[in-house]
Amino acid sequence: MRLKKSIAISENGFVFNAARGDSFSTNPIGLFILEMIKAGKDTKVVQQEVTNKYAIDDSTAERDIHDFVKMLKQYDLLD
Amino acid sequence: MKKQQINIAVTGLNAVDSPGPGIAVIRGLKESKHFEARIIGLSYENLEPGIYMRDLVDKVYQIPYPSVGHETLLSRLEYIHRKEKIDVIIPNFDAELFSFIKLAPKLESMGIHSLLPTMEQFDARLKGKLNEYGDKHNILVPRSAVVFNIEELAQTLKTFDYPVMVKGKFYEAYKAFSYEQAQAYFHKISAKWGTPIVLQQFVQGQELNVTAIGDGKGKLIGAVPMRKTYITDTGKGWAGISLADESLVEMARHLVESTNWGGGLELELIKEDSTGDPYLIEINPRFPAWVYLAVGCGQNHPEALVRMAMGEKVDPFEDYDVGKMFIRYSYDMICDLKDFQQIAVTGEL
Repeated sequence: MRLKKSIAISENGFVFNAARGDSFSTNPIGLFILEMIKAGKDTKVVQQEVTNKYAIDDSTAERDIHDFVKMLKQYDLLD
Repeated sequence: MKKQQINIAVTGLNAVDSPGPGIAVIRGLKESKHFEARIIGLSYENLEPGIYMRDLVDKVYQIPYPSVGHETLLSRLEYIHRKEKIDVIIPNFDAELFSFIKLAPKLESMGIHSLLPTMEQFDARLKGKLNEYGDKHNILVPRSAVVFNIEELAQTLKTFDYPVMVKGKFYEAYKAFSYEQAQAYFHKISAKWGTPIVLQQFVQGQELNVTAIGDGKGKLIGAVPMRKTYITDTGKGWAGISLADESLVEMARHLVESTNWGGGLELELIKEDSTGDPYLIEINPRFPAWVYLAVGCGQNHPEALVRMAMGEKVDPFEDYDVGKMFIRYSYDMICDLKDFQQIAVTGEL
């Protein structure tokens, strides 16, 4: 799982795909996840970090991160 | 040091909802770091907004429609040249380019420079010849066919899958989902622009555009890819953003190099969703109305064109800003009736 090279992420959660001109906004949790993906962390690690930082159980985190990654693929943000 | 003044005649002053490129071109010229542009606007209609934009257009002359013939146009240009000493002329309409390309040698002999595609280059990229063009230059193009009448339309459509794009030879394009729709669009477009009508297989994907400029000797001087982010009801881009897509710049480079294209051009492409392959759907043989985005991205294509037309050597632009946006707006100018009266009666302002 790797973010495309053309993706720029701002501190305020604005995500820009320079190859397609698409832009998105995400909340702080989405930003946290995106930054971890950008840093090359795999889904398991991302899930671990999310459950450490936020009050969320493992299975909910797994399901939500799975949905989020699916959305990233759908929007052509992942290689 | 004072910059050299260059008198530049520009058409396409119709900055309306489906704008001509003239005003965008003029803005680039006025921002030139190399010369002081004095703009002579060439108009066809009395209400082209550019006529009244006195901060951009220094003097305006009406010129005859291309349909009137080259001789009439030439004689009008000779008159304007006597008064204004035109250094460079930049035609911005597809429909007038044929005349200006024909007249280019004569204008050059009068001291009016231009940088235009040759007649061969202009003809080769016509919508109806796109398949041939794609084969010759090894570029993906959607299958297309040219039809002149309803019988041909019916026969040809049997070989296409719907939806099909129905296009005018110069302007307008509609997506048809059935034979009945295609027939209606055939009549609508042919009544306005004549025949032939071009049928093109619809490609599902993202529409992208590239504004580019070639030096006429096989070198790409600049190219900026853009995606329209706001499209009006009539299909015109009202906002757009510059993209980082090297494959589109490479396509422009390939075309300019293989055709020795001279002057501005716009590539219209679709990147197919399922494959990511870019299909060339049209080449417009002049700058697009959004060419000022290229200026905003650091590539002043109109300025480069004038410098090359004047015989200067221009180095290719090496990069451009990605993520720059253009957003059009409408604006009501308040104009004096006397200005309208003057252009309407004398053909000059």
